[in-house]
Formats: sequence, C-alpha cells, structure tokens
Amino acid sequence: MATLGDLERTVMDLLWATTDSTTANELRDAIAEVPAPETGRELAVTTVLTVLSRLEKKGLVERERNIRPHRYRAVTSREDHTAELMHEVLVTAPDRDAVLARFIGSVSEAEAQTLRTLLGGS
Amino acid sequence: MFWASYLLAALAIVLAWPAPIALSRAAWTARAPFTAMVLWQSIALAGGLSMIGALLVWGLEPLGDNLVAASAGFLELLLTDASARTLGVVHVFAVSAAVLLFAHLVFTLVLTFVRIRRQRSRHRDMLTLLSSPSTEQPATVVISHPAPVAYCLPGGAHSVTVMSDGLMDLLTQAELDAVLTHENAHLHQRHHLLLWAFAAWRSALPWLPTSQLAQRAVSELIEMLADDEALRRVDRATLVRAIVIVGSGEVHPDRDELGSTAADRPHAATADPARSTLGDGSTAHRVRRLLAPLPPLRRLQQTAALSAAGLLLVVPPVLLVMPEMLG
Repeated sequence: MATLGDLERTVMDLLWATTDSTTANELRDAIAEVPAPETGRELAVTTVLTVLSRLEKKGLVERERNIRPHRYRAVTSREDHTAELMHEVLVTAPDRDAVLARFIGSVSEAEAQTLRTLLGGS
Repeated sequence: MFWASYLLAALAIVLAWPAPIALSRAAWTARAPFTAMVLWQSIALAGGLSMIGALLVWGLEPLGDNLVAASAGFLELLLTDASARTLGVVHVFAVSAAVLLFAHLVFTLVLTFVRIRRQRSRHRDMLTLLSSPSTEQPATVVISHPAPVAYCLPGGAHSVTVMSDGLMDLLTQAELDAVLTHENAHLHQRHHLLLWAFAAWRSALPWLPTSQLAQRAVSELIEMLADDEALRRVDRATLVRAIVIVGSGEVHPDRDELGSTAADRPHAATADPARSTLGDGSTAHRVRRLLAPLPPLRRLQQTAALSAAGLLLVVPPVLLVMPEMLG
C-alpha cells in the first residue's frame, strides 16, 4: 500500500528527473514502471491528479493551464529545495531552536577558527 | 493577606532578575546539568506564579482573608455588579492585570506549540521528498548536502534524525555514532518539550532578563545532557572530534594527507584545554567541558540545589492560598 507521502515522493522524483513538463497520464505510466513494491499497484489518474494538486499547493509543482490536458513541472530542482531546507536549519534564530535540535548550534567564524586550531592538535 | 502580596511581589522580582543572573553565571551548572535544568524550571514556574499571584492577592485584598474567600467575594461582586463601592480602581486594575497576564502566558504557550508543530510538519514533509532513509540506522534519514549537518526533528512516533552526506563524508563511523547517540538522547529525554516551554516563556515576556537567560541556559544544558548520554556509548575523544569537526564546518586542510581513519587524525582531546583560548560561544564551552571534565556535584550540593527548586515551587502556592497559616 502506497501512502500519499510515498506517492508524492515518487512523483517528485520523476518530475525532478526531467526538464520537460509532463501530463498526469504520462506520470501514471511512469509510476507503473517504477520497480518499487509499494507503488506496484495500478494507479488511477485521479490519484495522480490528487497528488499533483497537493504538491502544487505546497509550492513544489506548477501547472500549465493554457493547454489541455494540463502539463506539470517541478518549480525548482531538488538541489535548490535541499539548499533551502538546509538554510532553514542552519540559519540562526532563537525561535527556531525549539523546532529542531541541532548537533552543533551556529558557530561564529572566530569560534570555528579556535575549533579548527584545536583539531589541528597543538 | 496584604503582606502576602508584598512577599509574592518580592519573590517575583528576585526570580525575574537577580536569581536567573546568578544561576546563569554559576559554574556548577556544567557539573550537574540535570539539577540546573530542574532549578531553571522551578524559577520560571515560581516566577510566573508569584507575578500573577502578587497582583491577584493585592487586588483582592479588600474582599477576604485568603485567596479562596476573596475570589468567592469577587465572583459575587461581578454577579451583583457592585464593584465600584468595595473595590478601588487600583484593585480592579491589579486583578485585571493578573487575569490578563495569566491569559497571555497560556495563549503564548499554545500559540508557540501550534507554530512549532506547523513548522515541524512542513519540515518533515520536505524531508520525505528530499531525503532517503539511512541503510544502517532506524528513524534516520540522509539528505544530500555538502555541509556537515546533523539534527533531530521531534514528533512522537515520527521523530527523525537527519544527517547530511557532507557529515557522513567528514566523520568516521565512531564519530557518526557519537552524533547519533547525542541526537537520540535529545529525543529520548524529550528535550523538545523543555525548548518549547522556554521558547514560549521568552516570547511571552521577551523584555524580562529571566526569560532570555533561561532559554539560553536551557539550550546549553540540553546539549550537555545529550553529550553526557553520548559518553555512555562512545569515548570522550571521539565525541570531541565529532563536535570540533562539525563545528568548524569544513574539511580540515590536512585531512587528505591524514587519510580517512580516525587514528591518523590529531587527537583533539589531547590538546591542553588550559592553554587553548576558546571563544566564549556555547560550542567552545561544550568542548571545554568535555576536555576538562569536572567531578559531579557532591551529594550535599545536589540536595541543596534540588531543595531550593522544591521550595520555590511550594512557597508561592502557600502564600497564595494560606496566608493566615503563616501569619
């Protein structure tokens, strides 16, 4: 049984792998070829459309509405999203501390220098 | 009952100013982070309670000998709408301030909770799309990013620890274990609940020294607690190396010559902590604490600190409800 999260992931993986826009039908066919056991069952196009509209709401997918059927593409690359997410993690803000717990908090350049010297083992 | 409100006000002032400043400067907290954490919690709780209590008791003073009787009197006044005669404007003002302050604290707590939950769930959504599960560790995902990053995202059964592949390239298996044990300690000991409470405390009363100092102290103390937990599984030198490597944020220039084994790397833990001039940032503080471990507090000191914490929690309610018992 594929959860919605798994499907979203599969769809995004497919969209990130291509630069062209694609239709829900093409996506459904592509998903059927993904050799993952959890997505093995036959999907309805409506399910793919649901997933796509969820992804659109999250700002990950954009839709070309002027042609029928609508064509979908990833808003930006996987690397950009990762960079953005990591920036969120690394940026200093006291009110973010409660959201997640980092192994190392933000380190000033001077402090990093001392840490490096320390690692250099004097 | 009048003197009770002054005592509560005095307590509120002490807990808002001198007490947190003294505790934040105390050196012993690094030796007993858990005890220090308990003390911070009771300072925050007792501080809030005595602030509200002082206003409430003072405002209700004309209506009864103790808070229970006075509250009943106040309710009756509200119902009969005769407040102007018995209670002066200042009294009504004090009671309103107490009610508002209480509501403000509760609302901020709830709002902070909602905000944190929303941010976490959005973050978890993105992680589902961008990361892949670790092949070796349960509840751990790997994200493709060059910077060495490790963090945990709490969320009950959905709690997850995130590592970047930059981190995995930089650290040896033992050092990675140190990082993971540290992060798991955060999750097991539910540090996110403490961070939530103190973040709310800070956003509710940002101008109060106690709320700022408390949040900073608490986020340092949980790192110490997690470090101590990690030390049960990995040795001190490994943990220090992991902190220093991740903290300095990039590959050490000599690393290529040193190869990838930890044994070849200079042992950070052998550096003389007395000679090193670490900055006063919290990471440097953490490393210093690990390099020069101090003995834990003696039992008597520990008991004294915990008794103080207990006393702080008992005094405000006693002053609130039973002033006649003390008088």
